[in-house]
Amino acid sequence: MSENLNDHGAADITTVSADAPQMQPLAKNPKGVEKAISALLLVGIAAFVGFGVCYWQNAAYWTYGALLGLGLLAMGAAFIAWGKYLLPRGPFVEERHALASTESERSAFAAALMERGAGEIKRRKVLGTLLGGSLGVFSIVALFPLVRSLGPLPGDKLAVTDWKKGQRLVDINGNPVHITDMAVGGVLTVYPQGLENTDDGQAIDQTILIRVQNEPFTTKKGRESWTPSGYVAYSKLCTHLGCPVGLYEQQLELLVCPCHQSMFNVRNGALPQFGPAPRPLPQLPLAADSEGFLIAAGGYNEPVGPGYWERP
Amino acid sequence: MTAVLKPRTKRQAKEAAGPYGKVGDAVAELDERLGIAKGGRTFLDKIFPDHWSFMLGEIALYSFVILLITGIFLTLYFVPSQGLVKVPMNFPYKPLRGDTVSQAFMSTINMSFNVRCGLLMRQMHHWACDIFVGAIVVHMARVFFTGAFRKPRETNWLVGTTLLILAIANGFLGYSLPDDLVSGTGIRIADSIMLSVPVVGSYLSYFVFGGNFPGQVVIARFFIIHVLLVPLIILGLVGAHLALLVRQKHTQFPGKGRTERNVVGSPMFPVFIFKTQGFLFMTFGVTALLGAFAQINPIWQFGQYIPSNISYAVQPDWYMGFLDGLLRIFPAWEWNAWGHTIPFEVTFPAVIFPGIVFNVAMAWPILERKFFGGDNEIHHLLDRPRDVPKRTAFGVAFFALLATLFVASSTDVLANYFHVSLNTVLWTMRVLTILIPLIAYPVTYKICRELQGGGANMGKRKRPNDVVRTAEGEYVATQAPVRPGDVHHELDATPVPTFIAAAVVAEAEEVVESSDATTGARVVDR
Repeated sequence: MSENLNDHGAADITTVSADAPQMQPLAKNPKGVEKAISALLLVGIAAFVGFGVCYWQNAAYWTYGALLGLGLLAMGAAFIAWGKYLLPRGPFVEERHALASTESERSAFAAALMERGAGEIKRRKVLGTLLGGSLGVFSIVALFPLVRSLGPLPGDKLAVTDWKKGQRLVDINGNPVHITDMAVGGVLTVYPQGLENTDDGQAIDQTILIRVQNEPFTTKKGRESWTPSGYVAYSKLCTHLGCPVGLYEQQLELLVCPCHQSMFNVRNGALPQFGPAPRPLPQLPLAADSEGFLIAAGGYNEPVGPGYWERP
Repeated sequence: MTAVLKPRTKRQAKEAAGPYGKVGDAVAELDERLGIAKGGRTFLDKIFPDHWSFMLGEIALYSFVILLITGIFLTLYFVPSQGLVKVPMNFPYKPLRGDTVSQAFMSTINMSFNVRCGLLMRQMHHWACDIFVGAIVVHMARVFFTGAFRKPRETNWLVGTTLLILAIANGFLGYSLPDDLVSGTGIRIADSIMLSVPVVGSYLSYFVFGGNFPGQVVIARFFIIHVLLVPLIILGLVGAHLALLVRQKHTQFPGKGRTERNVVGSPMFPVFIFKTQGFLFMTFGVTALLGAFAQINPIWQFGQYIPSNISYAVQPDWYMGFLDGLLRIFPAWEWNAWGHTIPFEVTFPAVIFPGIVFNVAMAWPILERKFFGGDNEIHHLLDRPRDVPKRTAFGVAFFALLATLFVASSTDVLANYFHVSLNTVLWTMRVLTILIPLIAYPVTYKICRELQGGGANMGKRKRPNDVVRTAEGEYVATQAPVRPGDVHHELDATPVPTFIAAAVVAEAEEVVESSDATTGARVVDR
């Protein structure tokens, strides 16, 4: 066919003989491939119909998911087989032209940039400076509403919690903890009374209460009176990344952070014994009030949670 | 031009419409207004080199398409609010009935249990994201090891690396939206990482959360960034990525008839379109099967995020693994002086290290030119990895480091599984993290050097040796004769034909006469 066209001389159209080997399909038996592709497409149609029916009948989600997947795979395989086995096998070629322009085109472009733009600014130095100044001031001022409005300034809020002297320890349901409530080895997450359902109470004030033994003990020098009846309380925020230190290994008397496996010894002031945590968990001084409920004998004496720049 | 009579029969109408019928008309109409014919034809003829490794980028592109489709579905049901609601008592999943949960969590479990196709779409979306990031990484590895990033393609390498970072960031943001216990812990860790940035950390955290963590705004903010801001940037950069690819044309492996001055392969239309369209459906199909059969992120089992609760043995999505691994094995080095703290045990693994990783990746085209013997020439033919041992060795060491850190993100699981102490696992991973890349570099280098010099038989199937014993008792090895299928025979490449119908050839005469000699005519030498 295209031989004729070639005889007419140069054409807009590249031609190649229809019986050139590149124009033949890759398949040795195109009829067979055609049958296989038809089968695939029929499977696809059937699967899509099945998808519709399953959806309509509100069947289990995996049934129509499977049919959708099957239909798409069959249709995809049909497309690929058609492209690979029935269309001309090639290979075909195209020229790659150099991207670069000529030297004179380049210098013309550079000259236009310089002489019309930068050159003009250079000639009028004062205007140029003022223009730069106004753009600079604008971009700084424009940043304020975009950034500063996002939130309040932290101030020293990261360093404080809501724990105060005399405040009762309550569980997540607001029940205060009586000194007789827990057995040795027991653990409970506690919050300052009234804050158990607030964001700050749960995210910052969360404290883990452990009954290590029946008698008071000393976790560290100066903390002799902090453990009434063997109860000890530490901030539940890991000093590594702020995950709740929620696991208690009773036999070894270790608090374990499930995120990155930092371990803190409850006997010696939660000194990190293993893992990436750099500091002990802050300890909350405890006491019992006149009715025998556990109270805080003071707030935390250092910021809880992970480290940050302003942390003293 | 002669006046055209109104056609009376179908046959007359067909003849009047010209050889290409309605398509021909449409092309003519569009061409008169937009001049699409010449460029359009060039576009249809664009050659795509054939190699399996060139489809890795297509997986990334198509999983992004799936992300957009499934993501649009999800936005129709998701409520980005931390306001609290009660799970109704008739909710299909009994353990959650009556719980107080956020609207974000409620709407997510609602679409999983009560919306038809909802769970399938959610799981497909999550799987497509994991595939998306994975395909980008593998595609980047292909581009890296074959040297496809070299001049003139450094810009596209930069665009690609930016896409990877955006994909990872958006993956994390999307993972955070359901407000479940696991993702909430992830956000808490992200908050602590922000706090660890020297000088501005606490401001960063307060501006993101609108105050103390968790606050009331973070889900709404993450939502709009996840569904609008980042996808829009990704979409734009994907467009730029493909536009650069068309402008600069594809790279290709060396081989028969392939030079720096041409591209050999399949034409865009119809061969590549057929194959790639099929591949889109295959990717979609695999994602659908994963969504149907492979459960992912069952948040109803985790429950609503409560800041003082925590789950055990939880891993982040795979692409966060290397960060989690380094956070686990890095020593507890915190520095405190003059009233300030630098939590280096967080700053290094979670801020500085990923900064190094992505900056090295981005700057690689320059680094190779400066330190690894790269040149400043234009390259369109790809390298075989073995022929550039320094680059290959560096790449293998780099990936080995990240892979080791990925394994380190499951120290607790490994300790449990193998019944060894956590301490042993920790120290093993610390040693391996340093040792494996140091070993990987020279070993890879040596292997590359050994493999070099394949020479003439490169890419061909090896022929067996026949060992013959001569009458004198001497053993002689000779190469076996060529058997069918032993040598892959490749045809010569030919320019793309028009598939012009034989009947039209006569009419083409007219076209030829009126055509300008300078219209870029291409003639085939016979």
